[in-house]
Amino acid sequence: MRSLKEIGCGQTVTVKRLTGEGPVKRRIMDMGITKGVSVYVRRVAPLGDPVEVMVRGYELSLRKADAEMIEVESYEEV
Amino acid sequence: MAVKIALAGNPNCGKTTLFNALTGSHQFVGNWPGVTIEKKEGKLKGYSDVTITDLPGIYSLSPYTPEEVVARTYLLQERPDAILNLVDGTNMERNLYLTTQLMELGIPVVVAVNMMDIVEKRGDQIQIHELGRRLGCEVVEISALKEKGIGKAAAKVVEVARKKEASVLFPVFPEEIEQSIRQTQAHLGDAVPEEQRRFYAVKLLEKDEKIAEQIGKAADLCAEITTLEELYDDDVESIFANERYGYIASVMQACYRKGSRENITLSDRIDGVVTNRWLALPIFAVVMFLVYYISVTTVGTWATDWVNDGLFGESWSLAGLAQVPGIPAAMESGLAAIGCADWLAGLILDGIVAGVGAVLGFVPQMLVLFLFLAFLESCGYMARVAFIMDRLFRRFGLSGKSFIPMLIGTGCGVPGIMASRTIENDRDRKMTIIATTFIPCGAKLPIIALIAGALFQGAWWVSPSAYFAGIAAIVCSGILLKKTRMFAGEPAPFVMELPAYHLPTAAAVLRSMWERGWSFIKKAGTVILLSTIIIWFTTYFGWVDGQFRMLEEMEINHSILALIGNTFAWLFLPLGFGDWKSAVAVITGLVAKENVVGTFGILFGFAQVAEDGAEYWGTLAENMTAVSAYSFLIFNLLCAPCFAAMGAIRREMNHRGWFWFAIGYQSLLAYVTSLCIYQIGTWVMTGVFGIGTLAAFLLLIGFGYLLLRPYPEARPLRGRKRRGRKALAIR
Repeated sequence: MRSLKEIGCGQTVTVKRLTGEGPVKRRIMDMGITKGVSVYVRRVAPLGDPVEVMVRGYELSLRKADAEMIEVESYEEV
Repeated sequence: MAVKIALAGNPNCGKTTLFNALTGSHQFVGNWPGVTIEKKEGKLKGYSDVTITDLPGIYSLSPYTPEEVVARTYLLQERPDAILNLVDGTNMERNLYLTTQLMELGIPVVVAVNMMDIVEKRGDQIQIHELGRRLGCEVVEISALKEKGIGKAAAKVVEVARKKEASVLFPVFPEEIEQSIRQTQAHLGDAVPEEQRRFYAVKLLEKDEKIAEQIGKAADLCAEITTLEELYDDDVESIFANERYGYIASVMQACYRKGSRENITLSDRIDGVVTNRWLALPIFAVVMFLVYYISVTTVGTWATDWVNDGLFGESWSLAGLAQVPGIPAAMESGLAAIGCADWLAGLILDGIVAGVGAVLGFVPQMLVLFLFLAFLESCGYMARVAFIMDRLFRRFGLSGKSFIPMLIGTGCGVPGIMASRTIENDRDRKMTIIATTFIPCGAKLPIIALIAGALFQGAWWVSPSAYFAGIAAIVCSGILLKKTRMFAGEPAPFVMELPAYHLPTAAAVLRSMWERGWSFIKKAGTVILLSTIIIWFTTYFGWVDGQFRMLEEMEINHSILALIGNTFAWLFLPLGFGDWKSAVAVITGLVAKENVVGTFGILFGFAQVAEDGAEYWGTLAENMTAVSAYSFLIFNLLCAPCFAAMGAIRREMNHRGWFWFAIGYQSLLAYVTSLCIYQIGTWVMTGVFGIGTLAAFLLLIGFGYLLLRPYPEARPLRGRKRRGRKALAIR
């Protein structure tokens, strides 16, 4: 199982589940990254972190450390 | 009957624009109890008995961010008569997530779908009636920016508030979850009012600790929670979030038609350039340069100089036609003409007018800066700044947005501190406020020039070393404070929306500029004015030959201030400048840092000195050693800033305790640093190892420990979670 952190720019993936617990996880879910949603990785910040993704029709940025909590699979795997 | 309406919505959904349109100028700005989050209330235009409260912009009613807690505490305890929920029509899915939670509160909700002009332009369609039917509440279409549909939304929400009929349709979860909710509601019984029971039940099932605490004797929910968790193979918080978004997806499918136009929007294209991997940093540098150049170097400084040297100086020229005397000059001749007593004229001119001038002197520069910040914020670039700079700044516990206050701080700390307003996270903002004035500002440059000229023969490295010390102080403070109990704990999530770019209206930008400028004048002004008067009094009054009287300028050595300097000079003995003259210079430096140079001048018998005090370099060199002078320099750079900056800190912290903590921390850090510099420097230069040297090394070791000890962050998080679970089990 891959995490969102490992996904390169320009790819679209589906969220399988979220690991971890606490405020950061809740925030990620509140922002719309929940099971089954598709996430498009748009770009990486100039210094290599954070990443910008497109989810539920809007742009969201999150740190790679937090993206690691998001388990995903690419469309082909589905 | 008086009606209370709460305005709720996500950040960046146009809430401020709508609030301004709904209330006009009838606004009262205050603070939410216990936090430094601004609270705005206003009277609804055209309805004298309707008050609107602008809740902080939130994404959810989770218990984790102060904004969310403030909002839900208000909704639960103040029980407004209705909620006007603003939803961004271009971003419905995520915006409706908050709506699903608001509807459970048992308060009538009116949903206003904003940005309809953009939705239409995109060719998308929202079936408003179907949306209203599905959500079970009134839905209106508006455009806050174009001021369309606002009157209708206002009328609707007032009507609903007067009827007091809460929505009976809330998002219905699958039967298994509904069953658990019903059971929890039954457990709750009369502990909460009937209409709020669903909200409490859902929160308890989500293991919301703040709600559990509030309820006190909660029922044992472990069985229900475990059943649900096993059934869904997930934790309860995830189950509820998933189901909410699932429900929204079904609503969206029925009500939202995406236009045929495939949209790579303008916003996407702008971002392709502005946050591009290679172009982002150069563009950022250019934007920052422009902000700095215009608001600090050119326009802002011209305006400030005009106020300081013209309006509050000798005279200013009216369009080159006539010389108009400045306010102090005009008042001086006025006071002389009416034969005003010397001391009263002194109080008015040197105390009050100078104090008011000191406050107002910052205002033009600040307004220019606020204009930029308001524009950058409302157009969406500020979020990108955080995105671009996050990696660099979070290493020492600051936000990516901390860059701007610190950059502005190299010009003047006062607007620098005020610029910290753009940082949403409370903790990051406080740390930025504390650290901003460590960067040498323009007024500290004369002190650097004085010390470099008098004791180091103008050596090239003195000035860069001062900046280096400032940056080191920021980095160390960031790391050190982040590891203290106060700033540690739950890490601030950097899960941030990058809102679509849009051109803000001139009115909105000007309004934001004015609001911030005015709040500086009001809140910081009092602190600055009061302290200027106190310093004026202690400088110009004292005992000469046993008689208490007003002093001439050159008699400062008889002043109360000199007495204070004498009394406290010993404090600075370990730092190498324990004479009363230095102590007095440090104190007058609090009025304005450049005063240090002038004060030394007067104390050494020069009425007028150059900006860098070149006249008395020789005298100063006799009074200080290189090490003690450098220690004096560093102390003045790092210690409590001038009163104007303190006023700004007071305003931005908005809390007495935090204000004193900031000032105390800065002064303590300055003291310890200077002590180490002097003691260790003296040991290196003279080879004498005394008690002072030992103390310096001990302090250094202690400082190193505070800096290098591990982060206490990870622990409290998990610990708290476990405790929470146990607490639930006991009940």
